Amino acid sequence: MKYSIKHVFYALTAATLITGCEAEFDNPVGDVSSYSSGTADFSTFVALGDSLTAGYADGALYRTGQESSYGAILAQQFALVGGGAFAQPLMPVEATGSLNFGGTDVITDDRFFLFPTGDPTSPVGPARLSDVAPSLVISTDISTRLTGPFNNMGVPGAKSFHLGAPGYGDSSLAAIGGGTANPYFSYFSSADGTDMITDAAGQLPSFFVLWIGNNDILSYATGGGVGIDQTNNFDPTTYGSEDITDPNAVFPSTYTGLVAAMTASSAKGVLVNIPDVSTIPYFTTVPYNAIPLTAAEAAAGNAGFAAYNGGVNAILGATTPEAIQRQIVFVEGQNPVVILDEDLTDLTSFDAALVNMRMATINDFVVLPTASKLGEDAGGGFLWGISAPLLDEDVLKESEVTAVEDARTLYNATILAAADASADLLHFDASAMMAELSTSGIFYGTGGITATFATGGGFSLDGVHPTARGYAVISNAIIDEINTGFSANIPHVDPGTYTTVFYQ
Amino acid sequence: MKKIYLIIISSCLASSAMAGGYRVALQGQKALGMGHAGVAMTDSSEVIFFNPGGMTQLEADTDITGGITLLDGETLYQNELTNASAKTDNPLGTPINFYYASRISSEMSWGLGVYTPYGNTVEWPTDWEGSHLVNSIELKTIFIQPTIAYQINDSYSVGFGLAYVNGLVDFNRNLSTSLADANGDRSNVTIEASSVDAWGANIGLMAKVNEELSLGFNYRTKIDLEARNDSADFQNIPTSLQSTFPDTTFDADLVLPAELTIGLAYKYSEQTTLAFDINRTFWSAYEDLTVEFDNGAGTSTNPRNYKDVNIYRFGVQHQLNDQWILRGGIYFDESPVRDGYFAPETPRNDSIGYTAGASYKYSDNLEFDISFLLLTFDEIDNSYDFYEESGTPIPFGGTYDSSATAIGFGLSYRY
Repeated sequence: MKYSIKHVFYALTAATLITGCEAEFDNPVGDVSSYSSGTADFSTFVALGDSLTAGYADGALYRTGQESSYGAILAQQFALVGGGAFAQPLMPVEATGSLNFGGTDVITDDRFFLFPTGDPTSPVGPARLSDVAPSLVISTDISTRLTGPFNNMGVPGAKSFHLGAPGYGDSSLAAIGGGTANPYFSYFSSADGTDMITDAAGQLPSFFVLWIGNNDILSYATGGGVGIDQTNNFDPTTYGSEDITDPNAVFPSTYTGLVAAMTASSAKGVLVNIPDVSTIPYFTTVPYNAIPLTAAEAAAGNAGFAAYNGGVNAILGATTPEAIQRQIVFVEGQNPVVILDEDLTDLTSFDAALVNMRMATINDFVVLPTASKLGEDAGGGFLWGISAPLLDEDVLKESEVTAVEDARTLYNATILAAADASADLLHFDASAMMAELSTSGIFYGTGGITATFATGGGFSLDGVHPTARGYAVISNAIIDEINTGFSANIPHVDPGTYTTVFYQ
Repeated sequence: MKKIYLIIISSCLASSAMAGGYRVALQGQKALGMGHAGVAMTDSSEVIFFNPGGMTQLEADTDITGGITLLDGETLYQNELTNASAKTDNPLGTPINFYYASRISSEMSWGLGVYTPYGNTVEWPTDWEGSHLVNSIELKTIFIQPTIAYQINDSYSVGFGLAYVNGLVDFNRNLSTSLADANGDRSNVTIEASSVDAWGANIGLMAKVNEELSLGFNYRTKIDLEARNDSADFQNIPTSLQSTFPDTTFDADLVLPAELTIGLAYKYSEQTTLAFDINRTFWSAYEDLTVEFDNGAGTSTNPRNYKDVNIYRFGVQHQLNDQWILRGGIYFDESPVRDGYFAPETPRNDSIGYTAGASYKYSDNLEFDISFLLLTFDEIDNSYDFYEESGTPIPFGGTYDSSATAIGFGLSYRY
C-alpha cells in the first residue's frame, strides 16, 4: 500500500499538469504590448470629410454602414495604442436612409438592396427600398439634434467650401429647404450658426484624417456634367450644387484653411486625395456600346437616321470632322448609344430635326442609373439611346471627363503640397488605391475585392461608395501610412469579416 | 514513474494537439498507456481491435475489457497580416471501447468489439474568418466487430473481424465569404446525415517467435461512408435567393482510410515488456470532400489530396508488484495534409503524443486501468488554396496551433 498511495499522488499530479497544457502561439497577434502609437497621439481622433468619411454606402447613410466607416475602424485599432472613444452621429438602428424634418421629407432616397428580378438569368438586381418596397421604409426625423461632439465629422454631400460655411448645420426646415443647410449636418451640428470646421477643430484633436474635395467634382460627374465647370469663378456662393469647384484659388485657399484649423491644436494627421471617376463603377459599369441590335433592327435604325445624317453632311460638309463625328450608323451586334452633346454646333435653326446628336465613344461614360433606361420607350415609340438620344444627365461626355480630371489633378496637387509642407501630415493616395482596385483588385490574405459593380465586393450598390469591406481595406491602407510615417505599429483588421452588398 | 513525470513537465514547457485527419487513436486504455502500440501485445481483449490474431493467445478463457476516454482538444488560428484570431470551442470528446473475447476450444476464440476510431468535433466561433470553409463539424462513428481467431500452431494465430460501421456527420459553413440576408446575418448551410451504414474488415496475424518476442500484423480495410438523400438546411438566405437555395437533400462520401500495422513486443525481463508499432494510414484515399446538393448550390468539390502517412509508436510496461502495472509511451504522428490543403475542419499538423498509464489489480478477476495522453502539435503556417468565388481563388491561411489531452478509465474482468 505504500506504493499505491505514492502512485495515486503521481497520477493526480500528472493529470493536473496535463490539463494545464494549452495551445499557445509563439507570437500571438493579440499581444497588445507589441503595438505602439509611434510618434502619434490618438487620444482625440477626428475624421473630417463627406459621405466617404460618414460611412455612407448603398445610396444612404444607415447604421451598420456608419459602424464600418473608416473612422470607426481606425478608432477601433487606435484603441490598442491609446486611442480614445470615437463618437459618431449614428442613425437609428432600424432607419433605412431617408430623412424628414418634423414630418417633412428632406432626403427621400433609401438604401439600395439587391431585389429579385423575376429573370432567371439574372435573379437579382439593385433597387432602392423606397422604389420597390416603400412599406419597409423607415425615415429618420432629424428635427431633434443629436448631442455631440462627434469624432466622425463626415457629412454626405459636403464640398470643400461647405466645411467653413456658417449655417451649414442650421436646424430649420427653411435653411434645409433653402439649400444653405445640409440635413445630415443639421442632425448633429453643435448650433445653428456653427460650421463643420469649427465643430471639428473645436474638439482640439490630437489626430485627424481629412478627406474632402470628392464632391467638388463628383456631384458634377454623377450628374452627367449638367452642372457648370466654375474654374476661375472665385465666388463659391454663386455655385450650383452640381458645379465643379474652382481648383485654382477656391479649393487651394479653402483646403489650406481647413488644414490650418485642424492642426491648430498641434494635431498630426492624414490628408487623403481624390480618386479618379473612371475607377468607380458608377461610370464604368454601363459600356458606351450597350445597344445590341439584329441586322433588321440596325437597318430600321439606319433608315430612321438617314435624313439626320444627310442633313448634317449637307450643312457641315460630309468630310468635316464634326459631320463625321455626328454620323449615326447602326450595325448588327453591339452599338454605341446615341447621345445629346451640347458641345456640337447647333443646327436646329436650319432644321429643327438636326438636334445635337452623336454616337458615344469609349471616352464617354454612361452613368449607372441610365442602365435602366436604355432601350426603354422615350415616348412616341422612340427608344432611349437608340432612336431617342440620351440626355445630358445620362452621360458624362469626354469633354466633361476632361473638365473633371483637370480639376481633380489640381486638387490633388494642393492636397499633396499641404501634406508635404508639414512633417506632422501624411498623404494617403486614395486615387492610386482606387486605380489598383479597378485594374487588378486588392487582395488581403483571406480574400479580395474588385471594383466590379455589385459582385466585386469593393463597391456598394450605389456604385460610388465602398462597402464595409471596402472601407476596411481603405482603413488598412491608412494604417500602413501611419505605421510608416509615424513609426507606429498598429494592426490591420481582416476585411473578410466586413459585409459587402445586401440582399432583400 | 519519475521519468514519466519529467516527460510530462518538459512537454508542457516545450509546446503547444489528435491524430492526423479525423482518426482518433484511443481504442484501449492499456495500449494508450504504451503510446497506443499493441499489434503484438496479448495482455487483454483489446487485441480485438489491435490484432484479432492475438485473441487465442489471451491467458484467461474469457476477457472483458472496456473503457472511456475524456478527450479535450483545442485549436488556435491567427493571421498576422489581418490581425485575425480565433479559437475553437470543442466539446469534450468521449471515445469508448468495449471488448469481449472468449475461448471456444484450444484453437478457436471468438469475440466482439465495440469502438469509435474516427471522429472529429471542431467548433469555430460562428462567422469567424474561415466561416466560408467551416463553422462547425461533428463526425462520429461506431464500429461493432464480431471476431474469430484460430491458433494454427504454437507460433502462429490468425484472426478476422467483420466490422459494422455506423456514422453521423453534422457540418455547418457559410455559403460564401459575403452573402448575408437583409439583416446582415450570414447565409449558411448545415448538412446532417445520421445513421450512415457501412462494413469493413479487421484482419490480424500474430507470431510468437520465442518466449520473449512476438510479431504482429494487422490490416483494417478502407470504409466508405456514403450519405444519400440526407438533409441540407439553408439558413439566412436573402428573400431574393430563397428560390435558388431552398432546403434540400445532399449526397456525400466520406472515406475512412485503410490502415496497416506491423509491430513487435519484446519481453525484456519477467517484469518489463517493450512494444514498437508502425502504422501506415492510407489517407491518399481522401482525395476530396464532394457534396452534391439537390438545389441551386450544385456540387461543392473541396480538394483534400491527403497523403499516406506513418505513425511510429513506442511503449513500455513494467510489472511493479502483484497489484501494479505501470506504462509509458510516445508516438510520432505525421500529418496527412499537404501544403496548401490545410482546411480548418481538420486543422492538425505533425504531432507527438506522450502517454502514461497504470493498471491496478483489485482481485484475480478484476483490474482497473487509467491512461493519460498529451498530444502536442507543431505550430504551422499554412493555407487552404482551393476555395473559389466567381472563378477567383480565395486562399485562407494563417498560423495554426493545437493541443489535446486525454484521460482514460477502463477495467478488465477475466475468468
